Amino acid sequence: MTASERRGAAGAPQPPLQGEEAVRLAAQHYSEVLAGVPRRYLVCAGTGCVSNGSLQVLEALQVALAGTEHAGTNGRQEGWPKVVSITGCHGFCAKGPLVRVEPGGLLCSEVRPEAVPEMVRLIEAGEAPQEALTYHDPITGDAYSHEHEIPFYAHQQRITLQNCGVVDPEDIRTYFARGGYAGLTRALFQMSPDEVVGEVSASRLRGRGGAGFSTGEKWGLTRRQPGERKFIICNGDEGDPGAFMDRSIMEGDPHAVLEGMVIAGYAVGASEGYVYVRHEYPLAVNRLRRAIEEANLWGLLGPSVVGTPFSFQIHVREGAGAFVSGEETALIRSIQGERAVPFMRPPYPSEKGLWGCPTCINNVETLATVPLVIARGAEWYAGLGTQNSGGTKVFALTGAIRNTGLVEVPLGTSLRHVVERIGGGAREGRTIKAVQVGGPSGGCLPESLLDTPVDYEDLGRTGAIMGSGGMVVADNATCMVDLARYFLSFTQDESCGKCVPCRVGTRKMLVILTRITEGQARPEDLDRLEQIANVVCTASLCGLGRTAPNPILTTLRYFRDEYQAHIHDRRCPAGTCAALAGKE
Amino acid sequence: MAAAPSPGRLRKIAYMGDPLAAPPPSELMGVLDRYRGQHDVLVTVLQQIQSVHGYLPKRSVQYAARELGVPLARLYGVATFYNQFRFTPPGRHAIQVCRGTACHVAGSSTLVAGISAALGVAQDETTPDGMFSLQTVACVGCCSLAPVMVVNHDVHGSLTAERVGEILDRYAGSAEAAPAGEGKV
Repeated sequence: MTASERRGAAGAPQPPLQGEEAVRLAAQHYSEVLAGVPRRYLVCAGTGCVSNGSLQVLEALQVALAGTEHAGTNGRQEGWPKVVSITGCHGFCAKGPLVRVEPGGLLCSEVRPEAVPEMVRLIEAGEAPQEALTYHDPITGDAYSHEHEIPFYAHQQRITLQNCGVVDPEDIRTYFARGGYAGLTRALFQMSPDEVVGEVSASRLRGRGGAGFSTGEKWGLTRRQPGERKFIICNGDEGDPGAFMDRSIMEGDPHAVLEGMVIAGYAVGASEGYVYVRHEYPLAVNRLRRAIEEANLWGLLGPSVVGTPFSFQIHVREGAGAFVSGEETALIRSIQGERAVPFMRPPYPSEKGLWGCPTCINNVETLATVPLVIARGAEWYAGLGTQNSGGTKVFALTGAIRNTGLVEVPLGTSLRHVVERIGGGAREGRTIKAVQVGGPSGGCLPESLLDTPVDYEDLGRTGAIMGSGGMVVADNATCMVDLARYFLSFTQDESCGKCVPCRVGTRKMLVILTRITEGQARPEDLDRLEQIANVVCTASLCGLGRTAPNPILTTLRYFRDEYQAHIHDRRCPAGTCAALAGKE
Repeated sequence: MAAAPSPGRLRKIAYMGDPLAAPPPSELMGVLDRYRGQHDVLVTVLQQIQSVHGYLPKRSVQYAARELGVPLARLYGVATFYNQFRFTPPGRHAIQVCRGTACHVAGSSTLVAGISAALGVAQDETTPDGMFSLQTVACVGCCSLAPVMVVNHDVHGSLTAERVGEILDRYAGSAEAAPAGEGKV
């Protein structure tokens, strides 16, 4: 028996936790127990790695370690702490399945189950794992054995994602070990609700769902509303194609989302919360449900949160597949079991939301950040970002670059830093043509604008938006007209049909764009396209319609020559549009 | 005296009684009992009916409307609004091709066209032998593996036309149990 195990047997915290001291002791206890394990194998079980076979790697690891002395001394497979455990997304999806060995952060990438026995033998013998499992920089060819040395990680600052890939999302004790629920206890025991709202305002945290409204201000508005019954909604309807930040957070660190919701509930005076998750994310739904059960068991949710009179319940609602339900008023309708059709604002949800009660709706990433803001203080968080917006933002970096995955950088970092230093630049023999930020509501920025800082205002000035964080890189093989058409066919399909500008406008724009990509364009089409786009932008009821023309307007602004090539020369410069193929 | 109507004609015009007179099947009752009288659970109820049958059978939706006390039109309004709900039985193997941005840039539209041609079905259709149904979905969130398709909840990433052919052959060859995919999600 090791020292930590003896301590564990004597003083393991028992649920439910009552009072600030109990949570602090739980954190201390579990972090000591985990630190006492000489080697832990953390297998990424994010969606990307699972699709690549990481669960088979997990089994192979359990088999390979079953016979070793190491596994025997540290509490067998069923015991705790586990020698092999799953975690949420490590972020470096391009190189999955990933296995990290703690402590130390030795990273094995592209691990196949067949390679596991040898890998375990080498690592247990204190040697480096096989060459094939070590990450090599695609440009320089340098080998990096540890996670923090790899350029993809070294150029990031992981704050909101600090637990993703570290904690076991199905085990609350690993969250305690990382100081989990310390933000909640600080809020409950040391601050009044108004002070919590003030602290969040001072951190300059802004809504990470895209619009960038000040989170503290939103909480304040809901708090000041009269009424006994208020709600917190966590918007996990991540509908933007090409975005998976919220998915990774819900799958990798579900307790951070719950803790953020409880803090929000305390701050605004709500005692009930809903997490609304897309049905396409079954793993996120399951992990959140499990986390809610655990939090209830440990007294962090329920009629008496951490032994205080404050009570808070969280329900999970599964979406049924409608992009528009990410819009806050449509989301409320959807939770009420109706068609997800937006309604007019004002009144805003903070005045009249779910079932007519004041409702505070925040994005997953925003809520997952809140516990850190409270635990470590507003000043620290505000110091990370720019003058207008504090902190960091998570992006789903995908498309035609070398390193794809989940990245987090302070606001104000340039796009170039993200695309070239973290993303590793264009693939062999290609050049980067554009970066699409913000999904179907965002815009395509040309290579010349890569020095734009990632910030709500700076991106807004270029015609794009910050959006929820999808970042898709396009190279010279991507046709910008086709890309605009792709986004529009998506928004046209997802338009709920309530207001005319969006319902008819998106369809008309799609018809014109399709004509252009098929070589049937008329000379007046570009003017007509711009005209309709401006009407749809101005007159639509909700954010879906108001932002739907952004991909068109930005591509027209920065890549007009491609449109003209399609219209006047009847050719597609990128060679994507099938009808115009062979005319290059 | 007029000739007696033929039995076939009689059967056609005979009143068959209330189609919903018989009590709903027990698995449906199990779902409905939990939510009787609640009007804010339509999406959840439809999701549970679909999880039982794989689609929304007309009769079940009619029962649900009656048992929950909402107009049938309202329930259909909800059901047709969301992409998740389908009104025809899915194939034994449900193919969902991701149409997210990263997948689009990686050529997912060609994949859809290829699968559609190979199986002889359009989107949202099922092959006549009931083996495969083809759907597209907005984004499954594994953009790093683009292009991606999901068959019976197994995600297959980094696809090429040849790999799609191989994967579908494997599914077609195993009529009963789905073959092991690369990973369940």
